[in-house]
Amino acid sequence: MTATFVVTAPLMILAALGILVVRKAVHAALLLAVVMINLAFVYASLDAPFLFAVQIIVYTGAVLMLFLFVLMLVGVDVSDEVTESIRGHKVASLLMGLILAVIVLAMIGQLSLGTMKGLATANAGGNLEALANLLFSRYVVAFEATSALLITAAVGAMVLAHRERTEPRSTQAELARERVRAYGESGLHLGPLPAPGTLARHNAVDTPALLPDGSHAKQSIPAGLHGHPKNGTAIEANHD
Amino acid sequence: MTDVTPYLIVSAVLFSIGATGVLIRRNAIVVFMCIELMLNAANLSLVSFSNLHGNLEGQVTAFFVMVVAAAEVVIGLAIIMTIFRSRRSASIDDASLLKW
Amino acid sequence: MVSNVLPFVIALPLLGAAVLLIGGRRTDSWGPYLATLLPIASFVCALVLFVHTLGQPDDARSQSVHLWTWFEAGKLNVGADLLYDQLSSLFLLLITGVGSLIHVYSLGYMAHDERKRRFFGYLNLFVAAMLTLVLAANYLVLFLGWEGVGLASYLLIGFWQHKPSAAAAAKKAFVMNRVGDMGLSLAIALCFTTFGSTSFDVVNAGAQHAGETTMTWLGLLLLLGACGKSAQVPLQAWLLDAMEGPTPVSALIHAATMVTAGVYLMVRSHAILDAAPVARTAVVVVATVTLLWGAIIGTAKDDIKKVLAGSTMSQIGYMMLAAGLGPAGYAFAIFHLLTHGFFKANMFLGAGSVMHAMDDDVDMRHYGALRRAMPVTFLTFAMGYLAIIGFPGFSGFWSKDKIIDAAWHEHWWIGALALFGAGITAFYMTRLMLMTFFTEKRWRDGVHPHESPSIMTGPLVVLAALSVLGGVMLLGSWIQDYLAPIVGEPPEESSGAPAWLISLLAVLVVACGVALAWFLVGRRPVPDTAPTDVRWPVAVARQDLYGDEINDTFVILPGRKLTGALLEIDKYGVDGLMTGGPVAVGAFAGIFRKAQNGFVRSYALSVLGGAVVVVLALMVVNWQ
Repeated sequence: MTATFVVTAPLMILAALGILVVRKAVHAALLLAVVMINLAFVYASLDAPFLFAVQIIVYTGAVLMLFLFVLMLVGVDVSDEVTESIRGHKVASLLMGLILAVIVLAMIGQLSLGTMKGLATANAGGNLEALANLLFSRYVVAFEATSALLITAAVGAMVLAHRERTEPRSTQAELARERVRAYGESGLHLGPLPAPGTLARHNAVDTPALLPDGSHAKQSIPAGLHGHPKNGTAIEANHD
Repeated sequence: MTDVTPYLIVSAVLFSIGATGVLIRRNAIVVFMCIELMLNAANLSLVSFSNLHGNLEGQVTAFFVMVVAAAEVVIGLAIIMTIFRSRRSASIDDASLLKW
Repeated sequence: MVSNVLPFVIALPLLGAAVLLIGGRRTDSWGPYLATLLPIASFVCALVLFVHTLGQPDDARSQSVHLWTWFEAGKLNVGADLLYDQLSSLFLLLITGVGSLIHVYSLGYMAHDERKRRFFGYLNLFVAAMLTLVLAANYLVLFLGWEGVGLASYLLIGFWQHKPSAAAAAKKAFVMNRVGDMGLSLAIALCFTTFGSTSFDVVNAGAQHAGETTMTWLGLLLLLGACGKSAQVPLQAWLLDAMEGPTPVSALIHAATMVTAGVYLMVRSHAILDAAPVARTAVVVVATVTLLWGAIIGTAKDDIKKVLAGSTMSQIGYMMLAAGLGPAGYAFAIFHLLTHGFFKANMFLGAGSVMHAMDDDVDMRHYGALRRAMPVTFLTFAMGYLAIIGFPGFSGFWSKDKIIDAAWHEHWWIGALALFGAGITAFYMTRLMLMTFFTEKRWRDGVHPHESPSIMTGPLVVLAALSVLGGVMLLGSWIQDYLAPIVGEPPEESSGAPAWLISLLAVLVVACGVALAWFLVGRRPVPDTAPTDVRWPVAVARQDLYGDEINDTFVILPGRKLTGALLEIDKYGVDGLMTGGPVAVGAFAGIFRKAQNGFVRSYALSVLGGAVVVVLALMVVNWQ
C-alpha cells in the first residue's frame, strides 16, 4: 500500500458517494472527474504510466468533456426530481448495493492473493514499449477490432444526431418576402432591432435603447434578460 | 512489496457505489456516469492484478476497456440526445411506456 | 332360383337411389321415371318368387341366401344373409306392390315440386331399406334395414325442410326412434351373449331352452324397439308430427310399411315372446292402450292427415295386440297388417288427392260436399272407409274381426276394449267422411276442387280394389296355413263365445259408432273454426292426450336438468381439474406481469438482484 493509495483511496470513495447524493448533474460530473483523476494517480503508482496518461487524456479529457457538452445541450439546471416514482425502489436499490458490496468484500476477504510482484521486469524496456509489443503482437486482432468499433461508434453517433431536412432551405429572397409580408400584416418592424444602450445613459447590454419619445425599446435587450429580477431593477436604475 | 487486497477493496466499493448509482439516479446522464464509474472500478482491479502477477496483460485489457468505454459513451450520449430531442426530458423514468 | 333373384329385389331400388342421389341434376328429367320403374321391377321379381315358391312344399318355401360374411371377430360371425320365407314373401309383395303404386301416384302428386328427383331418390332408398329389413336372416341385417328406414323416414318427413315445422317433426321422429333403436340394439347385444348368434333360426331354436328371465328382458327390449318404430305408447308422439311430410310419404312409410316394422319384429321374434309370458302381457297392454289412444286422438282432430295418423296408430295397436296374443294371433297380425296396408295407403293417397284439389289445405272444416267434385277419389276413399270400419265383406272386416275374436278368447276385457276401439274407429272415420265428402260446402274463396289426374287416381283404384278384396286371403284359412310353418299353428278354439257372436257384436258396435257420428256431425252444420268451449275430454283428445306434455314433463325436463347438472360438473369438476393449472398460471401471470412496470431502473434492479443471487450461490457452493 503506497502513500499515493492511502491519500487517493478515501478521496475516490468520498467523491463516488457524492455522485449518489448530489442533485445537479454538473456536480456529479465534477465528482466523477475527481474519481478519475485520483484513479490516474493510482495507476501511476501501480507502474502503469501509459494508462495514467490515457486515463487523464481519454477519460477525464475526452469522455467527461463529452458528458459536459451533453449536459449543456440538455440544460445545466436539469436535476433529479425529489420524489421517487417507483415505490420502495430507493430502499431496495440501496439494500441491493450494500449486499453486493458485502458479498464481494467477503469474497475478497476469503482470498489470499499475496503481495504484488511489481512490474520492474515487465517494464524493463519501458512501459510504453512493452505495451506496444503486446498490443501489436498478441493482441493485434483485438486492437484492429477496436478500430472498427470506434469507426462504427462514430458513424452511429452521426446517424443518431442526424436530422433529415423535410423542406428545402428558404432562400434569402424568400426570407425578405416573409419579413415584408409580416410587416404588411401585423406591422412588425422591418429593419434591424436597435442596439441596447442607444441614446441611453449606459451602453451596457442590459440597458434598453431609448425611443424618440424617451420610452424604452424593449426589443433592444436580449430575450434572456427580459424579466430577470436583477435586470428589471438595473433598467430602472440606469434611466434615473 | 505491497498487498493487493486494499486495491481490490477500493475497486469493489467503487463498483458497488456505481451499481447503486445506476439504480437510484434518474437523470440518464448521471446514470451513464455511474456506469463509467463501474468500468473504472473494474479497470482498477485489472491494473492491480497486472501488478500482482508481474505482467502487462491486465494493463492491455484495461486499455481495451477504456477504448470500448469511449465508443460506448459516444453512442450512449447520442441516444440520450435523441430521446431528449423527442421527449424534452433526460429522465429515464419518462421512457416507461413499454409495459404490461 | 331364390338365391339368384332375391338380391335383385333389394338391389334394384338401391340402384335407383344411388343413381338419383349421386347422379345429381343430370338425372332430373328421367330420374323419377327410372325410380318408379325399379320398384315395379322389384315387384315383378317378388311376384315371380312368390308364384315359384307357391308351387313347392312347405319346407322348401323357406330359403336363406348367404351373400357374404359381413364381419368376423372372435366367436362373432355375422353374415350378410337374406331369408326368404312365407312371412317375408308377403311383406315383399306388400312393400314393392304398394310402394310401386305410391311411386306412380307421386309422379302426379309431386309433378310440380322442383326437388322431385331427390324425393324419388329418398323413396327408393326407403324401399331398399325396408326390403332389407324384412329379408334379413339375422337381427343385425334387420337392424341395418331398421336404421335405413329410420333415415329415409327422417329425410322424407323433413323433405319440405324450408318449413320449420317439417324440420322439427323430422328431428322429433328421428330422436324418438333412437329411443326405440336403443332397445333393439340392446336386444341384439343380449342375443349375442345368450345365443352367440343373431340369426333368426338360431335364436328361435334356442329361445325355448334359454332362461325365462333372459327371454323376458329380450322381449321387453324388442317391444321397446317396436314401440319406437311403430309409434306405440309411450313412443307414439312422433307419428302425428310426421304428417308434415308429403302425403305419399305418409301413405307409404307412416301407414303401409315402415310403422308396421314393429309388428313384423314381434312376429319374427315369436319364439322369444312364446317363451316370455310377461313380455307378451306387456305387448298386449301397450297394444291395447295404443289402440284406444290413437282412436281417441282421431276423434278430435280437424287435420285430415292427423285423423288418419291417429287411425294408423290405433290400427297398429290392433296388430300389436294380435302379435301379443301368441300363436292365436300372429297370422292375424300379419293379415291385418296387409289389409291395413291396402286401405290405409288408399285413404292417405285419397287424402292427398283431396288436399291437391283444395290447394294443400288440410283442415276438414274447409272441406265438405266433395263427393260430386271428385267422384273417383270419393268412391275409392269410400272403399277404404268401409274396409277400416269393418263393414261386412270388406277386407278390414275379416282382419279386425279375427283379432277381436282372438282377443276375446285371451281375456274378455281385452276383447271388449278392442271392440270399443272398433266403435271409436267407426265414429271418427265416419266423421272424416262426412266432413270431407258430405255436408255443405265450406270451401275457401278461390278454391275450385277438381278430380286429380289419372296417374293419381289409377293407384287409388287399384288400392280400393285391394281394400275390398283383401279378405280373400282368409278363404279356407289360407293365410293361417301359409304362415303356420313360421309362426306355429293357432290353437284349437276350445271355449268362449262363438265367432259369429263376436262378428255380430262388432258389426253392432260399428253401427253405433257410425250412427253417433251421423247424429253429432252429419245432422248439424259444421262450425267453420273448431269450437273452443268444449268439455275436457275433447280438449284432452285435441292435445293428443297430452303425449307431448308427458314427454316434456317426464323425459325432456329431467333430461335437461340432468344434462345441465352434468355440464356444471364437467365445467367445474372435470374442466377444473384439467384447466386448473393453466388458470392458476394465468392468475399468477396477471399478478406478476405488474413487475413489467416499464421502468428501466426496476429492470436493472432485477438484473443486479439476479447477479447477487448467482454470486451468493457460487459462494455457498465454494465456501470453505
